[in-house]
Amino acid sequence: MRNFLSDKVTALKPSGIRKFFDIVNEMKDAISLGVGEPDFDTPWHIRDEGIYALERGRTFYTSNAGLKDLREEIANYLKRTQGIHYNPDNEILVTVGGSEAIDIGLRAIINPGDEVIIPQPSYVSYEPCAILAGAKPVIIELKAENEFRLKPDELLNAITDKTKILILPYPNNPTGAIMEKEDLEAVARIIKEKDILVMSDEIYAALTYKGKHVSIASLDGMKERTILINGFSKAYAMTGWRLGFACAPKEITAQMTKIHQYAIMCAPTTSQYAAVSALRNGDNDVEMMRQSYNQRRRFLLNAFKEMGLECFEPYGAFYVFPCIKEFNMTSEEFATKLLMEEKVAVVPGTAFGECGEGFVRISYAYSLENLKEALSRIENFIKKHRKE
Amino acid sequence: MREELLAILEKNSRIDFKELAVLLGVEEIAVLEELEKLEKEGIICGYHTLINWEKTSIEKVTALIEVKVTPQRGQGFDRIAERIYNYPEVKAVYLISGGYDLLVTLEEKTLKEIANFVSDKLSTLDSVLSTATHFILKKYKDHGTIINKKSSDEREVITP
Repeated sequence: MRNFLSDKVTALKPSGIRKFFDIVNEMKDAISLGVGEPDFDTPWHIRDEGIYALERGRTFYTSNAGLKDLREEIANYLKRTQGIHYNPDNEILVTVGGSEAIDIGLRAIINPGDEVIIPQPSYVSYEPCAILAGAKPVIIELKAENEFRLKPDELLNAITDKTKILILPYPNNPTGAIMEKEDLEAVARIIKEKDILVMSDEIYAALTYKGKHVSIASLDGMKERTILINGFSKAYAMTGWRLGFACAPKEITAQMTKIHQYAIMCAPTTSQYAAVSALRNGDNDVEMMRQSYNQRRRFLLNAFKEMGLECFEPYGAFYVFPCIKEFNMTSEEFATKLLMEEKVAVVPGTAFGECGEGFVRISYAYSLENLKEALSRIENFIKKHRKE
Repeated sequence: MREELLAILEKNSRIDFKELAVLLGVEEIAVLEELEKLEKEGIICGYHTLINWEKTSIEKVTALIEVKVTPQRGQGFDRIAERIYNYPEVKAVYLISGGYDLLVTLEEKTLKEIANFVSDKLSTLDSVLSTATHFILKKYKDHGTIINKKSSDEREVITP
């Protein structure tokens, strides 16, 4: 039989997390700090709204772009949190999680040979999505000494005459880094000057612990150059509902909607009804969860300090990204040994790009009790390997 | 910091000031000072423990009693409330708007003891006009805590 598989897909690297997942999954008593989703249940009023939608038989397709009510609430949300005005009729598209928005956002603008600039370490799907869209990914290796923020000179060096778009993943998974307004302004100047676009993945925007999150789309002259991506997974603890959204200039939204219409039809209807309640009545829930994450973040950073483990202070998402270079192991060796010897699972930094070497991602989407137990095991591990 | 401190303590009163300082991102001395203030101002009234007595061999019956009373001149409901809450078996007394005036939570070992309290002590008070006693059969949630909550982490062990 011939080889029927697509060369492009075959050439894609499988996610670095997968291999590790299989090992951890086998170990029954391991404590995992490897999860990239909230530990909270979806707030009850949101689940209740989903149940109510099912009871009333709201089980049909919605319009391709998503429920009008939901798009209007998204517009309100961005107005009240970021001061950006999006037209719910033609600038907002409800998607199946932020992931779909990343995929179709790139596909809507890429021509063969276009370059997509991807700062790493970052979420695992940008590079494959860019490749599948036919683009050439250009990686910027972010630096720990810059707290993994994107610096203007790094961006300038990556731009060529083929550059079409920059992906801006802040607050960042896996590093927890944020970009403050001054950082964004410097980047925005270059984007305008070089006439490129930006895809701002703000899925963790609500989980920011130093001032309020600022969207690059809110800066002068940037709304028309931005594909803003956000969703309900992280802020409202709704990962399994698979619901996100993209906001972009209407010309781009129209093309994205076309792909969405043919590939997906519409985002899950139950989830859309539930999400209306999330945006209307969920501010207090988000604040409660944010406060809780922030306490855990401080707890972890303090514990690392006491152990003498090097870690920059992250101000976003629910990850810390400590440096493990002192142990003379690769990230993968460190994570594997930690799992085998102390039964704690963390994710090697290299799962998020080669420049994640020397770091591991630790999630604090776990209860304090859980974190305490895991941290004492990590401390044992560190003490033992420092002696060697 | 006050609101966040109280929110933590309301869920876990055993947490020590050192850990509080870490969680709140402030100095230990600041936590100690704030705790002292909160106690002095009567904002923190106690550090209690939520016990599921049903799981012990100790018998307890809890009743919620609606009480209608005649308020007294110059004292309103305070005087009669005091006469009721001074009984140690009375766990809570609230002034209520609506169909009756006071809601009394009473805890005893047996149903009979509750009956005796109502007939001998409560109903015989001059200002008490009538009572209606409700027995608690099962506690599902108390003080914001779901009793018998089964918690297991159903998330995948590692996700990107």
